[in-house]
Amino acid sequence: MAEHAGSRIGQIILGIIVLLLSMPLLVMYIWLVESAFSQITYGIIPQGFTLSNWRFLWEGFTNMPSIWRITWNTLVFAVVVATIEVFIASLTGYALSRMKFPGRRMFLSLTLVLHAFPAVTLLIAIFYVLLVLGLYDTLVGVIMVKAALELPLGVWIMKGFFDNISWDMEMSALIDGCSRLRTWWEILLPNIRPGIAALSIFAFLSGWSEFLLPYIYTSSFENFTLSVLLRRLVGDFRFVDYGLLTATGLYYMMPVLLFFIFTQEYLLNIYAGGTKGTTV
Amino acid sequence: MAQQTVVAERAALQVEPSWRARLRAITTPAFFIGPALLLILIFFFIPVILTILISLTDMSVATISDINFVGLKNYERIWRSRTTMKILKNTFIYVGFTLTLFNVGMALILSLITTHIPERVGTTFRTFWLLPRITPSVIYAIMWTWFTADAPYGIVNQFLSPFGITPKNWLNAQPWLVVIAANGFVGTSFGMIIFTSAIHAIPVDYLRAALVDGASTLQRIRYVILPMIRWPILFVVTYQTLSLLASFEYILLLTDGGPGFYTTEVWSLYAYHRALSNYFGNVQFGFGAALAAILVIIGVIASVVYLRVFRFSEMVAEPKIEVL
Repeated sequence: MAEHAGSRIGQIILGIIVLLLSMPLLVMYIWLVESAFSQITYGIIPQGFTLSNWRFLWEGFTNMPSIWRITWNTLVFAVVVATIEVFIASLTGYALSRMKFPGRRMFLSLTLVLHAFPAVTLLIAIFYVLLVLGLYDTLVGVIMVKAALELPLGVWIMKGFFDNISWDMEMSALIDGCSRLRTWWEILLPNIRPGIAALSIFAFLSGWSEFLLPYIYTSSFENFTLSVLLRRLVGDFRFVDYGLLTATGLYYMMPVLLFFIFTQEYLLNIYAGGTKGTTV
Repeated sequence: MAQQTVVAERAALQVEPSWRARLRAITTPAFFIGPALLLILIFFFIPVILTILISLTDMSVATISDINFVGLKNYERIWRSRTTMKILKNTFIYVGFTLTLFNVGMALILSLITTHIPERVGTTFRTFWLLPRITPSVIYAIMWTWFTADAPYGIVNQFLSPFGITPKNWLNAQPWLVVIAANGFVGTSFGMIIFTSAIHAIPVDYLRAALVDGASTLQRIRYVILPMIRWPILFVVTYQTLSLLASFEYILLLTDGGPGFYTTEVWSLYAYHRALSNYFGNVQFGFGAALAAILVIIGVIASVVYLRVFRFSEMVAEPKIEVL
């Protein structure tokens, strides 16, 4: 596309426009970082460097569970959600990509419909499902809900990865009498490692950032995740201690930022892949 | 030798598949699909039915031990209630402005600009715009409350004060502006990605031809690029309308429907408040479920329509080769 672009000056002007449009976001992220290390921040101007905003790491918060416990919960939540989602999605994606069975077409359409369907509308009913299953206010319950709601997207992405693998190796394995399960595990999965990695990152980040589900479906302290903690802090400290809020926020956002910096192209690809499947 | 036996076996299978083989043709896919099917059943199918069932009852904190079937009474109440008009208006404001200004408008602008500047710079900007989407919503909301906070904190006031505008808490003064912008800056990336790949897919010859004919950049956008990506635009409009209609997470975090009485309360948030939050002291599950059921029905119909309109049938084609 580069060749048809206009004059140099035109390009610089365009660059400035897009920079201006991105400015609010840029300013917000800059503030998040500097405020976490400042005594107070007026607008974007920080006053006095300090580490005292990070005291929650050793002192904890008053009337809250320990920060390490909360971090552990969040980590468990994100990792287990990602594991379940990737495992089930790669089973299902394989079947949809490689097998002929009654109802296959229907199931595939269903995956797509569910992908488009806004699952948030089901939150009220899912509340009762969890109550009946005895899983309300448990991490297990929230994990299952999260994994289930993300599954259609995961299945769709996984199917795409399987579709791109040639049949040759698999065919010879099957002819040699290898079972479907072994073929899937020993031949297919190693071949879609990049896909598995991409979906794992995607699922982990989405689990790590999740707010609504733990907020609605858990209530006790021992099930707090970082998002719920932050929500409580906002309630307690509203417009008072931005330093503490941003430090906690930055701490919470660390994995997200790391993944963002190191896996940018991956991320763009999987978002493009996840949405492209439904457009083209 | 081994190969011969395999061939022989396969020949035998083709002639007369044993009942075991036939059984396996069903159980193997069932094994692969089973877990997903179970989760979808429990967390999609049953909830859809349950939403509608609960909406036909008077279930609430007061009647939890004695639940009655009330038919369409909850829906009648929605129809009669004065609040409904207010909520409906809010929902239109929220979906309409966020969609046109950001999810489509800003997304188009960004994808057009970033494809007309050097590719590396463009990609950097596009990647940056993904950051809000992966930022935990709670943190994102905190950033916006600071951004719009009263003096001496918020940057908006610092920026506007040289123009003689009195500092204020913008989230309270202009809640809609903030709610729409905050949602919009997240929603933009979806359209941006789709439009960008659609623009990249336009054959270079078309663009060159326009150049040769002496078209200006704006003319080329208007007469070549936009007509060629109208299908993706339509897709983004429909898809995002549905997801905006159902979403309330950022509003919950920013204003929780306020300030004041239902100022920024949209339909989905209203349903949530009525059914799951103790805000009013009396949680009305039945009424909330009826509000949600309307969204569920819209959602089911709309997503099935997508399936038809956007030619999904090509994507669900049979696998090319099939072995047992």
